[in-house]
Amino acid sequence: MRELLRYLRPYRVAISFVVIFIFTQSLLNLYLPTLMSRIVDEGVLTGNLHYIFVEGAIMLAVSVGAVAFSVAASFLSSRTAASFGRVLRREVFAHAQQFSLREFDQFGTSSLITRTTNDITQVQQLVNMMLRMMIMAPLNTIGGICMAVYTDARLSLVLVIMLPVLVLVIFSVFRRATNLFRVMQEKIDTLNRILREGLTGIRVIRSFNRVDYETKRFDAANFDLTNTTTKVQKIMAIMSPALMLVINLSIIAIIWFGGLRIAHGSMEIGSLLAFIQYVTQLLFSIMMVSMMFFMVPRAAASGNRIWAVLSTKPKIVDPAVEPSVSDSERLSSDDPLPIPMVEFRNVTFSYPGAEAPALSNVSFQAHRGQVTAIIGGTGSGKSTLVNLIPRFYDVDEGAVLVGGVDVRDQLQANLRARIGYVPQKAVLFQGTIAENIRHGRPDATDEEVAQAAEIAQALEFIEEKPEGFQSLIEQGGRNVSGGQKQRLSIARAIVKRPDIYIFDDSFSALDFKTDAKLRAALAETITDSTVLIVAQRVSTVRDADQIIVLDEGRVAGIGSHDQLLRTCEVYREIVSSQLSEGETA
Amino acid sequence: MNEQRGRGPQSDMRAAMPMGRGGIRPGMPVQKPKDFRGTLRRLLAYFQPHAWRMFAVLMMSILSTVFSILSPDVMKRATNDLVAGLAHGASHHHTGVNFADIERVLLELGILYVLSAFFSYIQQYVMAGVAQKTVYSLRKEVYDKLERLPLRFFDSRPTGEILSRFVNDFDNIGNTLQQTLTQLITSVVTFIGVIVMMLTISPWMTLIVFLTLPLSFYVTKTIASRSQHFFVGQQRSLGQLNGHIEEMYTGHQIVKAYGMEEKAMEEFVEYNEKLYESGWKAQFVSGLIFPLMNFIGNLGYVLVSVIGGFLVTRGTINIGDIQAFIMYARQFTQPITQLSSISNIIQSTVASAERIFELLDEQEEIPEAEHPIELERPRGDVDIVDVDFRYDPERPLIEGMNISVKAGQTIAIVGPTGAGKTTLVNLLMRFYEVDDGHISIDGVDITKLRRGHLRSLFGMVLQDTWLFHGTIYENIAYGRTNATEQEVIAAAKAARADHFIRTLPDGYHTVLNEEASNISQGQKQLLTIARAILANPSILILDEATSSVDTRTEVLIQEAMARLMEGRTSFVIAHRLSTIRNADLILVMNHGTVIEQGTHQQLLAKNGFYADLYNSQFANPSGAAM
Repeated sequence: MRELLRYLRPYRVAISFVVIFIFTQSLLNLYLPTLMSRIVDEGVLTGNLHYIFVEGAIMLAVSVGAVAFSVAASFLSSRTAASFGRVLRREVFAHAQQFSLREFDQFGTSSLITRTTNDITQVQQLVNMMLRMMIMAPLNTIGGICMAVYTDARLSLVLVIMLPVLVLVIFSVFRRATNLFRVMQEKIDTLNRILREGLTGIRVIRSFNRVDYETKRFDAANFDLTNTTTKVQKIMAIMSPALMLVINLSIIAIIWFGGLRIAHGSMEIGSLLAFIQYVTQLLFSIMMVSMMFFMVPRAAASGNRIWAVLSTKPKIVDPAVEPSVSDSERLSSDDPLPIPMVEFRNVTFSYPGAEAPALSNVSFQAHRGQVTAIIGGTGSGKSTLVNLIPRFYDVDEGAVLVGGVDVRDQLQANLRARIGYVPQKAVLFQGTIAENIRHGRPDATDEEVAQAAEIAQALEFIEEKPEGFQSLIEQGGRNVSGGQKQRLSIARAIVKRPDIYIFDDSFSALDFKTDAKLRAALAETITDSTVLIVAQRVSTVRDADQIIVLDEGRVAGIGSHDQLLRTCEVYREIVSSQLSEGETA
Repeated sequence: MNEQRGRGPQSDMRAAMPMGRGGIRPGMPVQKPKDFRGTLRRLLAYFQPHAWRMFAVLMMSILSTVFSILSPDVMKRATNDLVAGLAHGASHHHTGVNFADIERVLLELGILYVLSAFFSYIQQYVMAGVAQKTVYSLRKEVYDKLERLPLRFFDSRPTGEILSRFVNDFDNIGNTLQQTLTQLITSVVTFIGVIVMMLTISPWMTLIVFLTLPLSFYVTKTIASRSQHFFVGQQRSLGQLNGHIEEMYTGHQIVKAYGMEEKAMEEFVEYNEKLYESGWKAQFVSGLIFPLMNFIGNLGYVLVSVIGGFLVTRGTINIGDIQAFIMYARQFTQPITQLSSISNIIQSTVASAERIFELLDEQEEIPEAEHPIELERPRGDVDIVDVDFRYDPERPLIEGMNISVKAGQTIAIVGPTGAGKTTLVNLLMRFYEVDDGHISIDGVDITKLRRGHLRSLFGMVLQDTWLFHGTIYENIAYGRTNATEQEVIAAAKAARADHFIRTLPDGYHTVLNEEASNISQGQKQLLTIARAILANPSILILDEATSSVDTRTEVLIQEAMARLMEGRTSFVIAHRLSTIRNADLILVMNHGTVIEQGTHQQLLAKNGFYADLYNSQFANPSGAAM
């Protein structure tokens, strides 16, 4: 939290003005009772009407001054808080953009979203409150004490007793309540978790006839939460009456002792009235400060979560110096032994915290114009393998080379410009269909976009839409089907005309006929590129130039379909689970 | 992700704040209820069981407020005593302050204060109990309701939406009951009481204070309407910004792969600027209410001081009156500011209550048959006779479906993904009601069976494995109440899950986390198989999911499933050719309905959809070339 307040530093000047304005404002407000006491003592008691009106006019002027300063302070503080939020939000977003998938996995996408949205709003609100109340309340307190002492120092001794009592009340209530608040939050989470489980598992619960059991579980959590909440509320119930009582009893004491002093002639009536008003304001300020104790912990929790994002250094960064050798030139030269477009050299990779590596000692080469298929069960490391090529993750050992150069020695932007990546789960963005395809290459012509859509078997359904390529895709592509999404994301890769295509199980949502047509059309178009396909079905991979069989992160075999059938036990297992005996040959 | 969206930007769970909610500002748009009166009346009905306590709360708040209103009037007597004593003392040469009287006044004042505090405490204390009990029973009622709702309800809306009703709306209602309700009472009583007290002191000065009243209303209203404009803008920009962030983060991989970072940033900055512009204005304008109301209060204060001073010199009132009046004038503006925000809060609370009542009014499942039957020895014959069914009344789905299955047979369901295989599950287990025709098990119409019993006849092993936060043991034992430890372990062994469970650090007592992400997808599936084995159903519904499991586990799962299917009627959502070929009946589904049925040979001979499917998926390698 404290680290985030650094971001307030550019607003030092504005904040100083806020402080000055608020202080002036509270002094002016505090000055009013003094003026009133003069009206009483010198105007009313002596019957000086003129004096009363003059002082009244001054009071009016002071009030106007107070409101002017107050509005000015609020103007500055609103702008400052909003601007702080704006900068912080931009900072977090820009920072998260640099994250590799490793950091995204670490935080979790939804948590990262919450941190960039809700958490920042929370902190911004706290800053706003701080600039208003947290500055005002202590200043009011100090001003109140000053004025009280100034009005009658002896009588101020009442404060010496009263303030500690007040602080004690607040402190003892908080000490009991804060702990309970935390427990309450946990119980709210538990209740919500049970509810969520009940909603997502509703079919299972009903089919296992466990409705009663779930009801009991929920009811127990509900009851538990209710008890804690009631307890918290009952503790909090004492807060405001107790504080009011302390304040009011102090006023009685002030009247009593003040009365004695007045009787002695060492104090005036008006001063006593003013004094009472000071003390009342003072105490309300203290109550305001105590309220803030509740806001700070929650905002601080948000602040810490934001800071965790900002203080995480992206693991994957560009090399300091871009390699001078232009690898594409070397590729195009008529080398008798062409440099493989993609090469894995003894690659080992583990996800953070995993016991076993996701990939161990993987080596292979993929050349221009070749189709490389990767097959194996889930958890065998297929997606992980292709994710290393655009450098979404960095290897632990070994090296991934693209165009003969280690991916870690290339600028990420340049590396990825050569790759057309189609993910397992198609992702589209808000905007028209044409815009979505153009994400592949912003300067693609309309013809190129249409052509890419045709190859991806998307043209038909796009043209069926009333607005064709200008049809709007909603956020997350909610208004197109899974298969259509996949085809659009394939079109996006095609329009890019990359050196390397990566299809990470990208045909799964297509029905088999579209699947076959699409692959036939693709085969014609991308003869010159290097293609990597992650697949589940043997029928998809059997005609690839080479098939890499992965088993628990290891290469169980590399070769053509026929070779692997002869040599690779794992491949045979996969084939036999999908095809019956007669068809394997 | 859905859930995130459902909960929106204001979804944070407000911890119950001790003193009022700083959240709602004048002009901040709150959701308005459709039927304010009706909903309010219905909500108030929930207080019926607590009528006496509510009455006590009401009386306590009134008493507490009245006592605190009376106190300035008592206090002024002390001041007047002092003034009188001073005047007296000035004419004589010793102090003439009547301390005995002051003592009496102060004692009286002290009693008033103590009583006011005491009643205020009791009121809040009692209210805490009432509010929480009410929320408790409402929550319980909603949960019980959810259990009686048909699956149609859950399928037709995102989980996040239902959750958000639960979390945010109850939070809102709870807070309002706890604080706002009594605040409302206090504000009204204060407002009236202060007017009465001021009138008894001086009608003229009351009139002066009243002069500030239109000003207060005017300011409150103007600020509310001005700031509303900005709040709406802020809400819109915030929505856009959050949407953009969500989109860019969920598509992070693609953003990187296609080098879209710069574009994403540009758009972000644009929304962020807009949010800033409307955001600070909304804050500023709505925040003006405090200084301006304070100013109006000061205005009243000045007027009271001056005119009061003037009146004292005329002898119409005395100094103590001014003092009391100043206190009253201060209290006078407070309820006005408060009432405007209270009305906002109450609006949004009633809107919350309305959403909850809507849920309570949802149509429930068709009630059980009058004398529900339980099959004593279920065999597993299933007959589907002339069944019509549609989810959407506009769009026919299943029409005139007839399927007859003998006990112990295996039925393979094949077809492209999303062909509506879950529909069959929905109908068989009576999660949805058929529109026409009937389904019977062992010759008994399923609508005549007790629902719980019907469902216990089925065992499901589906792809979306559902496990809950708890130990592995508890998750398996979920299949049957009162299962012994031996039975649970035996089921795990039969499901080939025993081995991997024992390799986990805490074995059977390993706690699965919320998403059960601490075991693999395949292991989860083995656990659900174990659970089904333990439940020992007579009819099975299986999904031969292959995609999510590694080859070794898959072999285990195949074995376990085969074992589970022995001697039971099995509906298998089939992916493997061997299963399909050996099935007693194949149902070919497409677009939600059964388009062909028969054995493998029959269907091939038919040369229809199935033959087409079979050839392209399994036999014919053409078109697979890349």
